[in-house]
Amino acid sequence: MGPLLLNVYVFVLAAFLGFELINKVPPTLHTPLMSGANAMSGITVIGALTLVTVASVSTSVVLGVAALVLATVNVVGGFLVTDRMLSTFGGRR
Amino acid sequence: MSASDLTNLLALGSIALFVIGLKRLSRVRTARSGNALMASGMLLAVAITLLEIGLVDYRWIVGGLLVGGAIGYAIVARAQATQMPEIVARFNGFGGAGSALVALSLFWAEVVETAGDGTAVETLGGTSATTLVLSVLIGSVTLSGSILAELKLRGTLGGSPDVPVRGAVMGLLAVGGLAAGFVAVFGIEDPAVASLLVVGLIVASLLAGVVLVLPIGGADMPVVISLLNSLSGLAAAATGFALDNQLLIIAGTIVGAAGLILTQIMCVAMNRSLLNVLIGGFTGGSTEHGEYEHVVSADAESAAMVLEASQSVIIVPGYGLAAARAQNAAYELAQALLNRDVQVRFAIHPVAGRMPGHMNVVLAEAEVPYELLFEMSEINQDFASTDVAIVVGANDVVNPAAHDDPASPIAGMPILDVEQARRVFVIKRSLSPGYAGIKNELFERDHTVMLFGDAKQVLDDLAAELTLARR
Repeated sequence: MGPLLLNVYVFVLAAFLGFELINKVPPTLHTPLMSGANAMSGITVIGALTLVTVASVSTSVVLGVAALVLATVNVVGGFLVTDRMLSTFGGRR
Repeated sequence: MSASDLTNLLALGSIALFVIGLKRLSRVRTARSGNALMASGMLLAVAITLLEIGLVDYRWIVGGLLVGGAIGYAIVARAQATQMPEIVARFNGFGGAGSALVALSLFWAEVVETAGDGTAVETLGGTSATTLVLSVLIGSVTLSGSILAELKLRGTLGGSPDVPVRGAVMGLLAVGGLAAGFVAVFGIEDPAVASLLVVGLIVASLLAGVVLVLPIGGADMPVVISLLNSLSGLAAAATGFALDNQLLIIAGTIVGAAGLILTQIMCVAMNRSLLNVLIGGFTGGSTEHGEYEHVVSADAESAAMVLEASQSVIIVPGYGLAAARAQNAAYELAQALLNRDVQVRFAIHPVAGRMPGHMNVVLAEAEVPYELLFEMSEINQDFASTDVAIVVGANDVVNPAAHDDPASPIAGMPILDVEQARRVFVIKRSLSPGYAGIKNELFERDHTVMLFGDAKQVLDDLAAELTLARR
């Protein structure tokens, strides 16, 4: 199996996993769940990390650093805002 | 075992944390720990990546992580509970932009800045070149769409102007952008021309995002944000293909699929199809506004007298409650009524507020017990046997036009049947239309009384009157 086909396999199986994971969610959790999934989409941060490994400044590095900053905002802010929403549910039930 | 085997194995741990975390996030009892698990999965993913990179110059990496983390923290720390949906929209745009920028950075590094090596396909390979273009397209659409969604949620951008021949315009932008992108990576060796074409792809994609969201107004915004959330996941997955990074593909795809399911759940709650939402939007034209005639209003004192004599009350919160930060006042009123042995319940419409579950978040902040919160399906039949329904800053979700008027933009949307209650109090600042921009005949019903004013103020007054009368 070539690398592309392997990645396609991974993609399709991950899609099935995502579909199956998110069913029967109480409405209470729709917003936090959306927010948490949104934070997870900041995973692109690991792509950005691999592209800014030099000290020099070039267009690609500037683009990469911008990607790193935005993705990190997405990740850190996303998980924090989700936790803040959920903290209000805490302790009960 | 080689070093790369080790990091790949660790990546599996990161994926496991994401999956288990997401699963736990969808159950009330375990939600908070689920979020923490996902966050640790992300931390592990970053650690693995740093391990893979090995010893490099860390200045940009450390700087970028610190700056991004600080900005993210500051945005959340400064946000109010009512702004959460806007903030999710903003972060979502950032995530999409991040994926697009990673793809662009890759393109510049491997193609533009290493001139003379041939086209992008020759240096990067066909898969990487193709998915790079897709990542820029999807990421840019997510960015501009999310910004627009945030502006609409804030109310900075009112209305939902129609774009003539919108489908054709969007198709043209997407096809034109993709054509420019594919020519840039497949056909052009000159880096200057190729980069110009990629800029064309970015511009076309950003415009497509604007055209996608612009005509969709009002109550449909939650669906749009959920869809954009799904898109930002797909952008990350495309970036994963471009970089041949399985962790990125898996996490991005899971978000893409989960976002789609959530979008579907929201559409079901509004009794509409996704296609219907995207094509139609709410076309709340000026014709539906109409003037209000027999509107009866009262002050808190006389309303409190009615409440004193009642035995069952249902409170229906809407966006106005969140906007006025009246959740504590609402709970105080509920407590005042409970003290008088009045049965009090809160009826939560699935799309009340600006997002599904928005009301739950806001009421939970005021520590309203779960036992008092009821979903639409649980409580709708009880309105008929209820003395007073108090609508606090809700409008479209209680608009009987959804049942009565087949021509209404919200026709068919399930609503809370508050008009079945013996008396209806509507706490509202004015008679201005709700998010869908249409008239609400509930306000003209004979048994409806308007309590005009700031939701928090009116609720405070009602609670004060009730406590006073008790002594």
